[in-house]
Amino acid sequence: MDYFDILISILGSAIRLSIPLLFTALAGLFSERAGIFDIGLEGKMLVSAFAAACVAHLTANPWLGLLAGIGVSIVFSFIHGFASISNRGNQIVSGVALNFVAAGLTVVLGQAWYGQGGRTPQVPAEGRFAPIILPGADAIREVPFIGPLYANVISGNNILTYIAFLMVPISWWVLYRTRFGLRLRAVGENPGAVDTAGISVAWLRYRALIVTGFLAGFAGTYLAIAQSAAFISNMSAGKGYIALAALIFAKWKPVPVMFACLLFGFLDAFANFMQGKSVPLIGEVPVQIFQALPYILTCVLLAGFIGVARPPKAGGVPYTKER
Amino acid sequence: MSTTSVQLPGWINYGVIPLINLMLALFFSGLVVWAIGENPFEALQLLVAGALGRGEGIGFTLFYTTSFIFTGLSVAVAIHAGLFNIGSEGQAYLGGLGAALVALSLDRYVPWYVTMPFAVIGAALFGAACAAIPAWLQAKRGSHIVITTIMFNFITSSLMNYVLVHLLIVPGKMAPETRTFLPGGQLPKLDWLIALFGGKLGAAPLNVSFLIALVMCFLVWVLIWRTKLGYEMRTLGISPSAAGYAGIPYAKIVMIAMLISGGLAGMMALNPVMGASGRLQIEFVGGAGFVGIAVSLMGRNHPAGIVLSALLFGILYQGGAELSFDMPSITRDMIVVIQGLVILFAGALEYMLRPAIVRLYQQVGGGK
Repeated sequence: MDYFDILISILGSAIRLSIPLLFTALAGLFSERAGIFDIGLEGKMLVSAFAAACVAHLTANPWLGLLAGIGVSIVFSFIHGFASISNRGNQIVSGVALNFVAAGLTVVLGQAWYGQGGRTPQVPAEGRFAPIILPGADAIREVPFIGPLYANVISGNNILTYIAFLMVPISWWVLYRTRFGLRLRAVGENPGAVDTAGISVAWLRYRALIVTGFLAGFAGTYLAIAQSAAFISNMSAGKGYIALAALIFAKWKPVPVMFACLLFGFLDAFANFMQGKSVPLIGEVPVQIFQALPYILTCVLLAGFIGVARPPKAGGVPYTKER
Repeated sequence: MSTTSVQLPGWINYGVIPLINLMLALFFSGLVVWAIGENPFEALQLLVAGALGRGEGIGFTLFYTTSFIFTGLSVAVAIHAGLFNIGSEGQAYLGGLGAALVALSLDRYVPWYVTMPFAVIGAALFGAACAAIPAWLQAKRGSHIVITTIMFNFITSSLMNYVLVHLLIVPGKMAPETRTFLPGGQLPKLDWLIALFGGKLGAAPLNVSFLIALVMCFLVWVLIWRTKLGYEMRTLGISPSAAGYAGIPYAKIVMIAMLISGGLAGMMALNPVMGASGRLQIEFVGGAGFVGIAVSLMGRNHPAGIVLSALLFGILYQGGAELSFDMPSITRDMIVVIQGLVILFAGALEYMLRPAIVRLYQQVGGGK
């Protein structure tokens, strides 16, 4: 295998690994820009993966699975909203709590329903999102450079992958070109001003959280019935936190979020590829370095060494009307 | 009239409200048990019997309690200074390396009571080291401590993975763990404590670190409520701007609070590493750092409350393990659900019932 083939295969796997990150990071983008920290992204991903796997197994229809994933994820969003918007509780505590509930509940229910140690049964092939071969992929496969790139990286992904990339311009448009987006960004910076303008801060933040739940539902569904064919306990494996890191790394902006997710996905794919291989002059590079790199990069960024990461000003602060 | 400004007496604030929140969490956990077709009352009975029924069960319960006291104190100290340390998990993990290095280098030469103080210092130093960078980033660069401590949980996990798989592993073995420490590197069991109450410890790993945990509770109480440093920490936690006007140095207090918090988390490692398994194993923390968040919130960040809520979680952990034997349809993960619900009700929703309770209190005629 020459270097180009290796690169193609790493790129293909990088795309696949970055999709759940991309959905989740965009999900976090909406809540954080509205001033609600959501540590619970990990949990949302997990419950939606579980729901999607159960429903897809039951109905053999991936779209119903997706619907279930989104629905459950939005329910979790509402609990987070109830705690942190309506009751002005600590947003981080609420997120941590929901992560635990998600991690426990999925396994408890999975074991009670299917008795396979928290796994759900295999989803049949027609219940999954299958790879789509884009037109002409086979025809130009033999063309040097562009051919393999098109056939193996751009083509051959499932529909959710394309939706994920479509969500990037859509998120940008919603945040920067619609009235809802303007207000959403305003409520994350200065909720008092939004309130003065006669707009309900609470309802606006709830709507932001619904969008968050909607997008996180895609991420979980992708994990369960696109990337694999069942729910496995704790299958999100910290991806919610990497997505959070990507969101910060991208300084809370949609297009940079995409590049951050691709970078972290690439690091993950590269780490998988490097496992057990040795590099000339250096020897075997420990895979743990690649695993830790997204987090280290994010800390370095947060430290202000690569530009300044300025979070939404009202983030994490419950809004109280003046009495 | 707004109810937020009404003062409630301590027994309501620290007794009734946490108890109601706990009841709510247990109620919803019961709903889950009921939903999967088991009897919640029977489950609760089995759980309590498994945790407190025999000497061995109590030994396990107190073993878990020990870990949770350390991590609960760790979270509480940070909260008093207005910092939310989610990194106790990683700090405890790195603390294990500190304890193990001390045990590995001393166990051949000296008895355990000589090793112990060094191990305590080693574990605390490594735990504090893990908290140092997030603390510095918060103090000097304004990076959010929650995010950086989350990142450090993962960084520590990768680091420990590397250290165990490549450096400390016993040559020729597959399992990524150190060699078993000699008796000089292990903390002895507390058989006599259980025997005092007429029980048998059996295989339960309750050990001397339980006593260390209780000592730390006392020291944390002294620190927070009886020293100048504790006063400054609490001031900073309640009002950073007031602390600023009073000339309390922000960066210094943040650093100190986080280092103490990390040190306490690190000491948690003594319990499983030197007390139970006698070696450093991969992922030995097993979520105890996160339980510390629940323990601290439930215990209202007070050492006495932390001991009680650590005991509660110890009962849940041990009882939950027994329960999953008796009711196979309920897995151990039920504890994680309960833990999440406790954090939700005692932490995020702690003010949900307050207005209602204030109204009730005023109607009954209190507060006049």
